[in-house]
Amino acid sequence: MFSSTRRRTAGAMIASLAVLGLAACSSEQASTDAGSDSGDTGSAAEETISIGFSQVGAESGWRAANTKSIQDTLTQENGFDLSFSDAQQKQENQIQALRSYIQQGVDVLAFSPVVETGWDAVLEEAKAADIPVILTDRAVDSDDDSLYESFIGSDFVLEGETAGEWAVEQYDGEGYQVVELQGTTGAAPAIDRKAGFETAIEGSDLEIIDSQTGNFTRTEGKQVMEGFLQKYDDIDLVYAHNDDMGLGAIEAIEAAGMVPGEDIKIITVDAVKDGMQALADGKINYIVECNPLLGPDLADVAKKVIAGESVEKRIVVKDEAFDQEAAVEALPSREY
Amino acid sequence: MSPTTGTRSRTDYSGGLSRVVRHPLFWPLVALAVLLLANTVYSPDFLAISVLDGHLFGAPIDILRNSAPLLLVALGMTLVIATRGIDLSVGATVAIAGAVSLSFIASSPNPGAVSTVLVAMGIALLLCLFLGVWNGLLVSVVGIQPIIATLILMTAGRGIAMLITEGQITTVTSAPFKTLGSGFWLGLPVAALVALGVYALVAALTRRTALGMLVESVGINPSASRLAGVKARTIVWTVFALSGLFSGLAGLILASNVMAADANNAGLFIELDAILAVVIGGTSLQGGKFSLSGTLVGVFIITTLTLTVTIVGVSPLVTPLFKAVVVIAVTLLQSPVVREKLAARSRRRAARPEEVAA
Repeated sequence: MFSSTRRRTAGAMIASLAVLGLAACSSEQASTDAGSDSGDTGSAAEETISIGFSQVGAESGWRAANTKSIQDTLTQENGFDLSFSDAQQKQENQIQALRSYIQQGVDVLAFSPVVETGWDAVLEEAKAADIPVILTDRAVDSDDDSLYESFIGSDFVLEGETAGEWAVEQYDGEGYQVVELQGTTGAAPAIDRKAGFETAIEGSDLEIIDSQTGNFTRTEGKQVMEGFLQKYDDIDLVYAHNDDMGLGAIEAIEAAGMVPGEDIKIITVDAVKDGMQALADGKINYIVECNPLLGPDLADVAKKVIAGESVEKRIVVKDEAFDQEAAVEALPSREY
Repeated sequence: MSPTTGTRSRTDYSGGLSRVVRHPLFWPLVALAVLLLANTVYSPDFLAISVLDGHLFGAPIDILRNSAPLLLVALGMTLVIATRGIDLSVGATVAIAGAVSLSFIASSPNPGAVSTVLVAMGIALLLCLFLGVWNGLLVSVVGIQPIIATLILMTAGRGIAMLITEGQITTVTSAPFKTLGSGFWLGLPVAALVALGVYALVAALTRRTALGMLVESVGINPSASRLAGVKARTIVWTVFALSGLFSGLAGLILASNVMAADANNAGLFIELDAILAVVIGGTSLQGGKFSLSGTLVGVFIITTLTLTVTIVGVSPLVTPLFKAVVVIAVTLLQSPVVREKLAARSRRRAARPEEVAA
């Protein structure tokens, strides 16, 4: 009885969400139509590029910074008419948003795919409508790479390698035992950051003695680290796939009566504000940045695509890396 | 601790050992012991407790501390389930409690002051109590099915928490607030003391007074209870309110544990863990009889299981499967059908020597 009622309610909720979504789309459509009309009568005094962007969601501080960068860059002053939507981590929402942008006839489609697969149909539609597609932050897994113009984002493997290379540079020869806090199992950043780090420490005497998922969250990072600390007496280095898990590990290390950054060194990836603060405070030893400020690159590529210039299929965003001194310097001017 | 009934009629023909085996908590306790044992195999001094900086330190202490939030949520859930209800909104309530308290502390001029922290906790707990009252209102007065009524807050709650934290992970530095999640008192973790205190209070209120029986009667037959003069509506309302309040407290402990409010991930799926703990503890989802001590054991099993994954070194790829297998094993051993079959088999085996003896 429960299950059938729940199913019915779930159905009703989805239906109502869909209605809300449609309402939002239609109002957006009205406004963009009005915009393009006036643009036509103004006979191309300045060409505004209308761009439809579908964001993954608002799941982390990193994502919030990413959204802000896009919204702050693709402004009217910079020659863009941005329609922005939030997919709340659901692929069907994102496909729906993309379809409505195609119907509106935007000049450029851009999105950060929630998952890697299942995009061929909607991207074919965009291609048929002659709308160029730009991917940001995350890639799609498709055999046909003519479906999108360019993919702008960080190279997660490189991030892992940068972290590993620094560790080797600093600690090779000391026989360090490393534990790894992985991101969400199966997520591209988790797989790639792990692979990159492993490649980089190959040949050194750093050894990964254990690796568990902390799901990219502080709470689980702390719990897993507590387990590691019970299991091993001689952990020298923690490599966490994001700042949050590293911050959780700091709590666990402190609770075990040790000094994070001294007794146990910590390397993380992301460089969000809390992580940078911990780095500046000496509790983390090294952070590889994963740059969320993709707005300027997106604007650049969109303009080139509309102008008919060729763009690179893969644009790797420059990620910096910080040690403790660099963090102290960079912290006051960090945007995120 | 709490009386577990239903074995009296059968105990006449069974000896002491089988009475122990028949105890509803026997198999959950065995499961817990096996888990602890498995950990000890992989990490020989797993059960060792040492003194560090004037407080106890060791895996059992970690388990106690990490159990605290789940225990609080599961306590509320036990009461709600006993009235034939279910509360899916506890995870969202956990997130809201963390978001409200930390946002308040972060925006206050003096985040390290005890008064600031107390006010922040007070506001968060009041709000969560209100959320529980809201659920109770929907269920007991408006008459919406509990699963639907609480689904509303489950869906909306994280949105509310996001709204409060503005989509960011709110981090604060505040020594008094940190005490709740990571502090120690008399050598024991404060979080565990709080949770066990609430447990003792609920146990005393339900088992030393008629309240527990009234809750069970509402769960067994609400209409009959009402006709018999039990204020069914008030009782249902109260248990939902308590569930909200306890979840709020759990949210504070979770937020304090990492000193951050993460609207997306705080208490994610804790409702499922709590329901699982209640079921492992032997409380039926049909409502009626409930076992608080069972819930306590269920909570310890789940927390130990999480730690076991790390200690034993289960690959992250199969962690969900590993957990599921353990849970299936425990629930199967718990199920009346399986127990009856096992009992029948052992009775058959025991029948022959008994005849000889007679």
